[in-house]
Amino acid sequence: MAMARYLLLIHDNEADYETADDTARRALDAAHEAFSREHKDVIVAAEHLQPTSTATVVREDGAGGHLVTDGPYAETKEALGGYYIIDVSDLDAALAVAKRLPYFGRTGDAAVEVRPLH
Amino acid sequence: MPAAPQDGGPGKAAAARAVAEAHRGQWAFVLAATVRVTRDLDLAEECVQDAYAKALVAWASGGIPARPGAWLTTTARNRAVDVIRRDAFFRTALPLLADDDGPVAGPADGADIPDERLRLIFTCCHPALAPQDRVALTLRLVCGLTTAETARAFLVGETAMAARITRAKKKITAARIPYRIPDSEDLPERVDAVLTVVDLLFTTGHVAPDGPELLRTDLIARATGLAAMLGDLLPGDAEVAGLRALILLTDARRPARLDAAGAPVLLADQDRSRWDRAAIAEGLVLVRRALRRRPPGPFALRAAVAAVHAEAPTWEETDWPEIVGLYDLLLRRRPTPVAALNRAVAVGFADGPEAGLAALDALAGDPRLAGYPYASVARAEFLHRLSRVPEAAAAYEQALRHTSNAVERSFLTARLADLPPPP
Repeated sequence: MAMARYLLLIHDNEADYETADDTARRALDAAHEAFSREHKDVIVAAEHLQPTSTATVVREDGAGGHLVTDGPYAETKEALGGYYIIDVSDLDAALAVAKRLPYFGRTGDAAVEVRPLH
Repeated sequence: MPAAPQDGGPGKAAAARAVAEAHRGQWAFVLAATVRVTRDLDLAEECVQDAYAKALVAWASGGIPARPGAWLTTTARNRAVDVIRRDAFFRTALPLLADDDGPVAGPADGADIPDERLRLIFTCCHPALAPQDRVALTLRLVCGLTTAETARAFLVGETAMAARITRAKKKITAARIPYRIPDSEDLPERVDAVLTVVDLLFTTGHVAPDGPELLRTDLIARATGLAAMLGDLLPGDAEVAGLRALILLTDARRPARLDAAGAPVLLADQDRSRWDRAAIAEGLVLVRRALRRRPPGPFALRAAVAAVHAEAPTWEETDWPEIVGLYDLLLRRRPTPVAALNRAVAVGFADGPEAGLAALDALAGDPRLAGYPYASVARAEFLHRLSRVPEAAAAYEQALRHTSNAVERSFLTARLADLPPPP
């Protein structure tokens, strides 16, 4: 069966994560470990991103040089908090995996974005 | 004078009729089966169109096959196999539709071609596609409508529709939306999107967006057939029952919708003795089944409105407050501009034309109703009843600007001419 890779982008509510206590963070870490074990056959790569307060943006300044600025690309309440790359048969399989992903801020705009890779 | 048939064949005219008939009745079957071979919607469409073109010639001289759908499928699949072989090198880079049932080797013959229409329908109606794209793809791919016809069904321009269809097809392949019937646990949530599409199909047939006829019985038959198929697949689903009831109860009025001269007759003026009582009886059984689910779904509620009309012995005895109440429930479940418009019309009959006009005015700002002729027609009718003649005339003219159907146009022109001269 042909397989396809998908990037699962976790758009967390950062404030929820930052204000969470140790117990809640440990619970989320444990949930990710359980998720990873459950889906070890399809997970290709996964990373947990540092918060957007640590981000730096580089762009061309239009005069042959570069402009380096503090902060994320977009200032939103939800931010890219981590990702998984999975290798599955099709979108239905990718969506089934995405529905099992743990993340902070399940209410509001927090969500998992499923993007096919080339 | 038509050309005489050559070589003992049925002749060009008969072949053209048979091809047109096969286009209406077999398009989805042929395309869905061809997609199993191509795993590429565009190539499949191209091969199916090619097969219909070949049929025009082949059937005129060689006779119309006993099973036109099988002939067309075999021809389209043969063409697909040729193209795939010829372009094998280039095609290795193409993303293919995800079909985990394995490749279909070649053109199966005759009776053995399985019915793949549900795969096509569920792929076109996948929730990963925008709702409007699902409807557009189904009209285009499952029903074989042209892009122009699809655009009019949607109240959008043809260029926008062409772009939408291209984008949606690209998403199906790039995101690998699978070409299959969903698993049983996903089925209910996937059915609602399909029902919405079948509903629009029926609506398109019930009042054709353009052309010489008010009705497109082919689309009505297709919507009825699709609804029946879903009924077989999900016999316990209340919303499938609701959609089937809605279609039966609405279409039961068909014999009374046109007068002897072919002009449309308003629901108020229809000879109810000509309504199809057998269809109404079947629809009423289904609507009761649909309403058993609590809370009732949108299709059950709309079917319940149709049931109120079906059970009213005369227009005057219609239970309008009940209809307003059903639309209130519907708007809570699924607020749409058309439902809001229908509620406003019902308010006009329950509480008088002034109240109806006020309810319509409340919707006047909705841009989604701007190109919708029935908003203007409803307005014109209420103004007419209030003897506000110049305003009624303006509203009829507004409706005419958005109506392409010839029968509806002549009806509106006649209503306009019926207005009394200004004092």
